[in-house]
Amino acid sequence: MASAFEYAPAPESRSVVDIAPSYGLFIDGEFTEAADGKVFKTVSPSTEEVLSEIAQAGEADVDRAVKAARKAFEKWSALPGSERAKYLFRIARIIQERSRELAVLETLDNGKPIKETRDADLPLVAAHFFYYAGWADKLDHAGFGANPRPLGVAGQVIPWNFPLLMLAWKIAPALATGNTVVLKPAETTPLSALFFADICRQAGLPKGVVNIIPGYGDAGAALVEHPDVNKVAFTGSTAVGKAIARQVAGTEKKVTLELGGKGANIVFDDAPIDQAVEGIVTGIFFNQGQVCCAGSRLLVQESVQDELLDSLKRRLSTLRLGDPLDKNTDIGAINSAEQLSRITSLVDQGEAEGAERWSPACELPSSGYWFAPTLFTNVTQAHTIARDEIFGPVLSVLSFRTPDEAVAKANNSQYGLSAGIWTEKGSRILAVASKLRAGVIWANTFNKFDPTSPFGGYKESGFGREGGRHGLEAYLDV
Amino acid sequence: MSEKTDKTEQQRLSVFKTYKLYVGGKFPRSESGRVYEVTDSKGKWLANAPLSSRKDARDAVVAARKAFGGWSGATAYNRGQILYRVAEMLEGRKDQFVREVADAEGLSKSKAAAVVDAAIDRWVWYAGWTDKIAQVVGGGNPVAGPFFNLSTPEPTGVVTVLAPQESSFLGLVSVIAPVIATGNTVIVIASEKSPLPALSLGEVLATSDLPGGVVNVLSGKTAEIAAPLAAHQDVNAIDLAGADDELAKELEIAAADNLKRVLRPQPVDYSRTPGTERLTAFLETKTVWHPTGSLGASGSSY
Repeated sequence: MASAFEYAPAPESRSVVDIAPSYGLFIDGEFTEAADGKVFKTVSPSTEEVLSEIAQAGEADVDRAVKAARKAFEKWSALPGSERAKYLFRIARIIQERSRELAVLETLDNGKPIKETRDADLPLVAAHFFYYAGWADKLDHAGFGANPRPLGVAGQVIPWNFPLLMLAWKIAPALATGNTVVLKPAETTPLSALFFADICRQAGLPKGVVNIIPGYGDAGAALVEHPDVNKVAFTGSTAVGKAIARQVAGTEKKVTLELGGKGANIVFDDAPIDQAVEGIVTGIFFNQGQVCCAGSRLLVQESVQDELLDSLKRRLSTLRLGDPLDKNTDIGAINSAEQLSRITSLVDQGEAEGAERWSPACELPSSGYWFAPTLFTNVTQAHTIARDEIFGPVLSVLSFRTPDEAVAKANNSQYGLSAGIWTEKGSRILAVASKLRAGVIWANTFNKFDPTSPFGGYKESGFGREGGRHGLEAYLDV
Repeated sequence: MSEKTDKTEQQRLSVFKTYKLYVGGKFPRSESGRVYEVTDSKGKWLANAPLSSRKDARDAVVAARKAFGGWSGATAYNRGQILYRVAEMLEGRKDQFVREVADAEGLSKSKAAAVVDAAIDRWVWYAGWTDKIAQVVGGGNPVAGPFFNLSTPEPTGVVTVLAPQESSFLGLVSVIAPVIATGNTVIVIASEKSPLPALSLGEVLATSDLPGGVVNVLSGKTAEIAAPLAAHQDVNAIDLAGADDELAKELEIAAADNLKRVLRPQPVDYSRTPGTERLTAFLETKTVWHPTGSLGASGSSY
């Protein structure tokens, strides 16, 4: 939609970040090459520019990292909680101090808008470390009995959609409870984890307490399988989650899995339409829809469907897609060529199965990985796009007539991570929320996060909770 | 006991009981028509118990799923009342269970009586948990923003329980009661060697206001019945208490297919008061958010 006033470019400066041409694995407090000398390149998804060359962890490196973590565990777990707390507080403070640098770095490596890394990711990352820092010396009061014990070495595998935030979700509770960690970031977004290694150095964290080993799926599998790992924490796809659940079967490893979703965002006829539209946009276009709890299925009460869709399309036409470093950008780049092709093929399938595709007029940059915000109408529950997680900026619209029908449709999914409810009627919120089989439910809002609040799924969205008091349990012998 | 009554009893031919499964509030024989011989600890024949088939297991899942909505939607107070009612019924039929436990586990009458007492007390203990667990493991979260949010525990759904093999009654009660106390429905596979107390428990549950399908009792070969249940797409969780290491691993792998919640076997002394682990193992945490507007929860200056 042409507007009277165009925005002038407002790019955030890259000069706050100094990316080295190459990085090693971070093991036992040192940056080191991979045992077999392998490296891989990480690129900026918005430009395809090579940002750096990264050592690629293999099985031998995993073993080395686990050994370092095991060695460090003895002293780290024996520290008084109050001392561990101070290390975590230091880390939290350094993250705040370096948040602009980290936000720019994350945007470069991931492709998400600077608006999101600056205003959502980084504040939450610091908040997670602050929150769990305070637990380190209060574990006796966490409700798991007196003197709860850490598990040992935690093997953690995280995805590329929120690289630093997922690192914080994993590392902060692990360290607060006295575990040591080996963390494998995703191969497309290793940089912020390696910068975090430097933060650990600045904070004076003892060697081996945190080990970062960038690599591919094989390194993740080796970490999960390593006999000296006591705890496995994974965030990522349901398919990999199932493979991990099989791998740990018959062992004593404790495991938590945060997997896929196909969140239903339910709009009732008495909902405040303008706010609901904003919530729908946040729900599915935040981070280009590459969010496990994205509200990717819009369920609208039939009587307001036309009005809502008109309003939603008008709003989508105002979204700005482009340079993620521009402070006015709403939609950034898709994280990788591979992810882009997955989105493209699912969307093609949606069209082939008869759903009606719509996107606002939107020019895509000539280099990089981009996908226009997309909306499907005439979607039925049998359609692939209504069932499979797309993990991209693609919204499927379905309608319903009664609250019971809305609940039935919302629950008709293998997943059970998130859901949204839009209505002005309080009793309806409570009634519907209690019937939805999902771990997080946002009423008259969407995609809100806070370190004090447990997050995690029902059904095939995984098990265990992260955040809050509940998040401690995953790292304690209880 | 006088000589005379003794004699009369010997002359009277006793009435045997046909032990049946308990599925969906009814007492079917195994669909397969099969039975197996159950003996006491000395090898003396006690009864022919149903040898459940895969079809029985699938029927039990259907019954448990059907019962889930009503049971999980009942008030915690109501669930507590019903669990307590089970204890009342057990108390009234104590002699029967003492006899069955003594036979099954080769215990003296007094030791068996102590085990049954402990099992009844355990029901009472769990009956009292139904309306307290949410306060212990749930709560409001102090969100840094204009939102109110609340985390509450909810039952995970249909749970398969492999009852402990050795503790035929106290162990059985200790694994069933916590699962239903929190609103789940359950399919329990009785101890393979000593299934009779479990099958009799079904009769008690049927007369305790417990809706049909909330607890379903199967007897037979543990590994045979457990395999289809561990792989069943409509089962949400599995308690492997009664599995040996090899079976437990196999079932845990099968359970990964739909990411069932798995409680691994562990050494348990069933005579001790349990912690909350068996209650929380089959709970999900749901966090519901709502905006509060710009004021904090206690934002008034008055």
